[in-house]
Amino acid sequence: MTHRSDRTLDVRALARVEGEGAMHVRVRGDTVEDVRLDIYEPPRFFEALLRGRRHTEPPDITARICGICPVAYQMSACAAIEDACAVTVDPGVADLRRLIYCGEWIESHTLHIYLLHAPDFLGYPSALELAKDRRDVVERGLAVKKAGNDIVEVLGGRAIHPVNVRVGGFYRTPSRRELAPLREKLRIALDQALETVQWVAGFDFPDFRHEHEMLALVTPGQYAIESGSIATTAGLTFPAQRFEDHIIEEQVPHSTALHARLARRGRYAVGPAARYTLNRQWLSPLALEAADAAGLGIDCRNPYRSILVRAVETVYALDEAVRLIDRYEPPARPFVDVPPREAVGYGATEAPRGILFHRYGLDADGLITSARIVPPTSQNQASIEDDLRRFVAARLDLDDEHLTWQCEQAIRNYDPCISCSTHFLQLEVERR
Amino acid sequence: MNPRDTGRRVVIGVGNDYRRDDGFGPLVVAGLVDRKASDQRLAAVDLRVSDGEPTRLIDMWTGADLAVVVDAVLDDSHHAGNRHELVLESLDALAAEGSASSHGISLGSTVALGRALGRLPRRLVVLAVSGSEFGFGQGLTPQVAAAVPPVIERACELVG
Repeated sequence: MTHRSDRTLDVRALARVEGEGAMHVRVRGDTVEDVRLDIYEPPRFFEALLRGRRHTEPPDITARICGICPVAYQMSACAAIEDACAVTVDPGVADLRRLIYCGEWIESHTLHIYLLHAPDFLGYPSALELAKDRRDVVERGLAVKKAGNDIVEVLGGRAIHPVNVRVGGFYRTPSRRELAPLREKLRIALDQALETVQWVAGFDFPDFRHEHEMLALVTPGQYAIESGSIATTAGLTFPAQRFEDHIIEEQVPHSTALHARLARRGRYAVGPAARYTLNRQWLSPLALEAADAAGLGIDCRNPYRSILVRAVETVYALDEAVRLIDRYEPPARPFVDVPPREAVGYGATEAPRGILFHRYGLDADGLITSARIVPPTSQNQASIEDDLRRFVAARLDLDDEHLTWQCEQAIRNYDPCISCSTHFLQLEVERR
Repeated sequence: MNPRDTGRRVVIGVGNDYRRDDGFGPLVVAGLVDRKASDQRLAAVDLRVSDGEPTRLIDMWTGADLAVVVDAVLDDSHHAGNRHELVLESLDALAAEGSASSHGISLGSTVALGRALGRLPRRLVVLAVSGSEFGFGQGLTPQVAAAVPPVIERACELVG
């Protein structure tokens, strides 16, 4: 044991998180005095950039916020603009949106499982060491991820920052023939995703349970992805239009970012575990069977088991993608016109890491007068800090190196997309 | 026939044009795209842009005879606009380095991962420029912008 009364540990970069930010933990004796997640928020930059732009531009501009979840930004932007303009897209177009979103879930979840999170559970410092020992396993992950890339590329025109998505639909919709080769790849990837669930289910998960209120979209009849009402595990429900009545963002002294809280309730968590807990009954039979076999119960309140939920959601996304391709009929028109009007529109969709909210104010000419973007990682900050506070308090006997490593793992449970919400991430444990 | 003519050649611009100097790689590739119709050396060259996400980067160069990666870096020299040319062997030293940009896994680590998976191009050359501003915003700093034309020319020489 290296417990000392006064020491500071500074880790210059939190590896294997998408981007960089800063986490500071201060310990005095046996008491955790302070846990702070310091972040910078690029969405604020994009909110300013969007003002004065045309109402057709947010899908392309906001897709540039993050290379990992551009489709989520495009879908929330489209939903908000179409809400403002009182436009509903054709069912066939809605299906294609769900399909491209499945592609992004597959890509993002698989990247996190194999390259960012699994090494933690297997005792490897990084995916590189894992790949040296288990090339077959990493190759399997890359193959599943490639299937997601292929969906995004076929529908979006390219794998990163897709260019085929527009307000009202798509610039061009694919033929059934173009989707056929994709279906075969997805079937193969589905088997590999089922193997992934079995593999991850064998990991040793630390014993930890949180009591955060969890929040996700809910769409009765199907697992929520691109649409739905907002619901919480405590029974609160509201539409995206009321998001800002229920979600309060507060300035905190230690961060340039705003911390999101549920009004009169406090911290909350979004993401795969919240989605699973609120939507489990709408998983496909295959995904539900995989979840049950892996030992996932009716809820997921151990953040370490979120990797298991990601694996199950990957199975679901592949299964759902195949279903959407099988029933696909090219829509009569690739998009509907979205004439501008003076209004405010709201959109919320389930990014891989949780709810992504957009709100736009438009003038009569369709110029954007105001924009607001609330990414999932910002919403999870208070919950991450709370987990860290409890987690560190129970592990003060660890030396700095191991405590830091386990703190990093605790943060990675939430797959923080720090590209979306922070610039540099440093982890500092200060003991006094 | 030159053996190089039988293999795929790819130039990959890594970066984000909403992160100031990090937009260097994509801007160089945009310049190459503009030049492609009039420059025979680029006729059969695959020109790609990447945000640096490691698996996509590996996918882009897998099977290539030559991959030229163009990226902005934050080094210790504090001389924005300095140009660097690195070949595969020297990239190993970068494996432990962090990334200045939001890519999460550094280029050096991506090269090491590609090697572990047997998925490296036969030749890999990195054309890098030292940047100074990686905050949110558009447009390169003047020193980095000045490096765009010579790096475009050097990329053409390498693939030609």
